[in-house]
Amino acid sequence: MGCGKTTLLKIIAGVLSADSGKVEVNGQTVTGPGPDRSFVFQDFALLLWVSVIRNVAFGLELPGVAKFEREAIAQKYIREVGLAGFEAKFPHQLSGGTRQRVGLARALSVNAQVLLLDEPFSAVDEQTRRKFKEDLLELVKTEKETFIFVTHSIEEAVYVSDQIAILLPRPSRVSEIIRPASFRDKSVDSIRRDPEYLDIVDRIWVSLRSYVE
Amino acid sequence: MITRSLSLRLLSALVVFGAWEIAGRVPVSYAFPTLLESMTAMVRMTVDGSIFEACAETLRPLAIGVLISTILGSGIGLWIGLSARFEWLFAPIFVVMQAALIPILVMVYGICLTSKVFVVCIMAIPVIVLNTAAAVRNTPASLKEMATSFLARDRDVLLKIILPAASPMIFSGLRLGVSAGFIGAILSELKITLTGVGDIITYSRSIADSNVSKTYGDVQALKELSLEFSRGELTSLLGPWGAARPRC
Repeated sequence: MGCGKTTLLKIIAGVLSADSGKVEVNGQTVTGPGPDRSFVFQDFALLLWVSVIRNVAFGLELPGVAKFEREAIAQKYIREVGLAGFEAKFPHQLSGGTRQRVGLARALSVNAQVLLLDEPFSAVDEQTRRKFKEDLLELVKTEKETFIFVTHSIEEAVYVSDQIAILLPRPSRVSEIIRPASFRDKSVDSIRRDPEYLDIVDRIWVSLRSYVE
Repeated sequence: MITRSLSLRLLSALVVFGAWEIAGRVPVSYAFPTLLESMTAMVRMTVDGSIFEACAETLRPLAIGVLISTILGSGIGLWIGLSARFEWLFAPIFVVMQAALIPILVMVYGICLTSKVFVVCIMAIPVIVLNTAAAVRNTPASLKEMATSFLARDRDVLLKIILPAASPMIFSGLRLGVSAGFIGAILSELKITLTGVGDIITYSRSIADSNVSKTYGDVQALKELSLEFSRGELTSLLGPWGAARPRC
């Protein structure tokens, strides 16, 4: 929609710098990329010339973690995102959804406190996306890290979020913050039928409708 | 599928060779031999080994020139591709070099290997530089961003992202550079000193079996005359007085 969601995420990541104002992570002002944050890219940003396990371990390879150690860590997260058995495959041998799992495992393996996900499912087909979102909820529970998730899908945002910040365009600003209260602890299957879930989706659509041409 | 593409290939080869043979028989030019004549000559040169000698001779400046061009060209290309400032400064030079330097090649002289290697380099380097620079510039931005977000140093970004991502296109640039260099090698042999493949081309051209005939009315002045004029030789056309005067 062009309301600066990705820009904000990249400023938090430190790959873009803000013209004014500052971003703090655990009280520390962000001046550039840091080990406390990791990024999941919309287009996956995988290295096409190396295997899944090397892609996942890439964030550990850069600071020079020993091969044995980083592959053990990568292995753990490959299992966690449901990619066990794909370690030796190359990105072109995987489907879109599976590729993004590699991107997610790579972001998790550096053990950052903040995960920045830039429309991670927009290049993934609908059914894979549904499964992926359910898995993401599990992952948020087990990893206990801060996830910042950019999406343009209302249903997706309400489904996965503990807090939804609605950004409006021209100029971009936070128009509303919504915290679902009741359905977060329910099972992944019953969320979509929860009355509060449906109410919030509807409410957001009413407030966004006027911005859609 | 395989048989279809194979038959298509055979068909296109047949069309090209057929057109060649017909063009040679018409003939489109006295200097244009037919397919059969060309193939016969090739078989003859293969049997007596002269074509291999010629190729070996041509290969030397080509190999040295391509080696130098590869190192120099991909180095310069990398540099241009990485720095935005030098892109607009130097890339046009190499674009112009591709076309504008060819006339200058005529002025290159000397009998030594160096000048031939120089010609090969002039032909090959711009191709390699432009391809390498384009390859480096085409590295997906999100890959570089990804590496930066995982705290990659500039060196890591270059060695682990840009070079592997660009290498397919760099290598296709090198392949084009080799063929440009081959043209350069032949060109240098035609223009500088007659050796190798260039020598064979020049020699074959000079011995063109021309069978020239000419009639003035009912007087036949020339009847299937064939002569060889070779480069570096003086040939006299000697005959009785009055032979040069047309009688009609």
